[in-house]
Amino acid sequence: MTRRTLLWCAAGMGLIAYPLLVNNFWLVQIGGRTLGFGTIALSLVFLVAYGGMLSLAQMTVAGVAGYAVAYFTAPVAGVGLLLPWPLALLIALALATLAGLLIGLLAVRTLGIYTLMITLAIAMAFYFLTLQNYAIFNGYTGFSNVQPPVVAGVDFSRALPFYYLSLAIAAACYGAVRHITRTPFGLALQGVRDNPRRLRSLGYDVARVRVVAFAIAGLLAGLGGILNLWLNGSISPASVGINPVIDVLMAAVLGGFLHPIGAYVGALVFTVVDNFAINFIARERFNTLIGLVFLAVVLFSPDGITGLLRRGRIWLEEKVARLNRRRGRNAGSSSPMQSRQET
Amino acid sequence: MTPAEQIDTAHALDIEGVVCRFGALVAVSDISIAIPPGERHAVLGANGAGKTTLFNMISGDITPSAGRIALFGEDITSLPPQRRVLKGLRRTYQKSLVFDGLSVRENLFLAERGVRGRRFSVLAAARNEQENAKTEALAERISLMAKLDSPAGELSHGEQRQLELGMALAGNPRVLLLDEPAAGLSLSERRQLLGMLETLPKTITLVIIEHDLDIALQAADRVTVMHNGRMLAAGTPEEISANQTVHDIYMGKNVN
Repeated sequence: MTRRTLLWCAAGMGLIAYPLLVNNFWLVQIGGRTLGFGTIALSLVFLVAYGGMLSLAQMTVAGVAGYAVAYFTAPVAGVGLLLPWPLALLIALALATLAGLLIGLLAVRTLGIYTLMITLAIAMAFYFLTLQNYAIFNGYTGFSNVQPPVVAGVDFSRALPFYYLSLAIAAACYGAVRHITRTPFGLALQGVRDNPRRLRSLGYDVARVRVVAFAIAGLLAGLGGILNLWLNGSISPASVGINPVIDVLMAAVLGGFLHPIGAYVGALVFTVVDNFAINFIARERFNTLIGLVFLAVVLFSPDGITGLLRRGRIWLEEKVARLNRRRGRNAGSSSPMQSRQET
Repeated sequence: MTPAEQIDTAHALDIEGVVCRFGALVAVSDISIAIPPGERHAVLGANGAGKTTLFNMISGDITPSAGRIALFGEDITSLPPQRRVLKGLRRTYQKSLVFDGLSVRENLFLAERGVRGRRFSVLAAARNEQENAKTEALAERISLMAKLDSPAGELSHGEQRQLELGMALAGNPRVLLLDEPAAGLSLSERRQLLGMLETLPKTITLVIIEHDLDIALQAADRVTVMHNGRMLAAGTPEEISANQTVHDIYMGKNVN
């Protein structure tokens, strides 16, 4: 337990001290992007890991929140309505939650591959809506020049404040997911995953548990979507097209569904490859490269990078235990606590 | 509730002429059973007799094609399964259905919370002293105290059967449907189970599907025998053990 707490403290301090070690590119384009994109992936990991439901519409929900913030804070050419930013954020998050809820209402009638198909259909429908609708979504152009607000003299469009804002939101979302899994609702959701029929025979409305999970995932994706919008400064149909929709799934699978932290690990790997692939290969080969990384992970560690890490830890612990036993035989007396600290 | 509907309140469970058709196949045909409160009722029959289908209709997993089911005089024929549970109906399954990924404690907690309400709470954690006391009392009853924090998926077959029973006992069950509770248990485990069933208070009405004639006849006040979806015989254990047709079925003779 203490070792785990220590690890978390170290990780937290590392994330807080990260800006001291890197330049603005690593701070915003890698750090900030990982945290925002990772939060969208987290909403998917939440659905898959605890509810056993795979949705392809999480980027769409993030897009709903992004478009809402853009519409209410950065109107262009007669499209949009300027509102105070707290109100705009509130509306955006409410819309994202509602979108999650509505998608859930449709999706929970299906299972497995059919959930995937129906959420993909919703994602594509939303993409074409944003492309063809000018009254609300401003069509092909979308919205640009969307700036995060200045709060109490802190300008969140600057690199350092934006990084800390992203870190705070991501940490809150991650903490919320960890907390929810331990609450009665979270246990019921895991019950749905393990055995919906049994849960029904205990007095639970299984469909309602699933729909509420989709709404919670909608809120998480909405928060990630707003960070994503502020990072890019713009949103357009390309932000909710097939590629970003698949990217979320890719990041989640890369990280693995064993643990919610996998969402951020996967998002980090994805973002790093996304940013540096151009140094090695032509831009149009990016999909080939990320595809190969994806294949390698799925082939060698089906439970993603977190699965790989977990197996590595178990292997290391066994190795240490073996070493201790041998040392114990040789020295005649062994102190496992001491040797654990040495590793 | 109108007075006319209250006539049946004498019965814990009233099954009137229920039929279950799957296309052309009639799995259960015109079964009527009235079970007074506190009775231990056994449903016997060979494989494919329609016993589990009958249970599925009582618990709401399947909607009957015809007929009526009432719980303490209240018509529950078209109620979804989770609403029947809140009215005091519980069941176990022939093949253990437990939440493999959750611990024994969490399995029992879900069962407790399911019948008590506030199932969607996300504010407080599920583990606190008050909740722990409740789940531990339940675990004590099914002798799984030692396994409280093991994942249910890692329990032995017998332990999973115990957990299955424990989850059905959560809250205050009024009618308990047990679908072959002794399936796959060793002789000593069977004896333990029988002892446990005997300690259940008479406020719980028990309906047990059982393959094992000895267990069924020992534990039951009354017995219904099903064959090919129809009701073949009904009576006290003594009457049933004296019934030649029942013996023929169990010995594998062709009875129509």
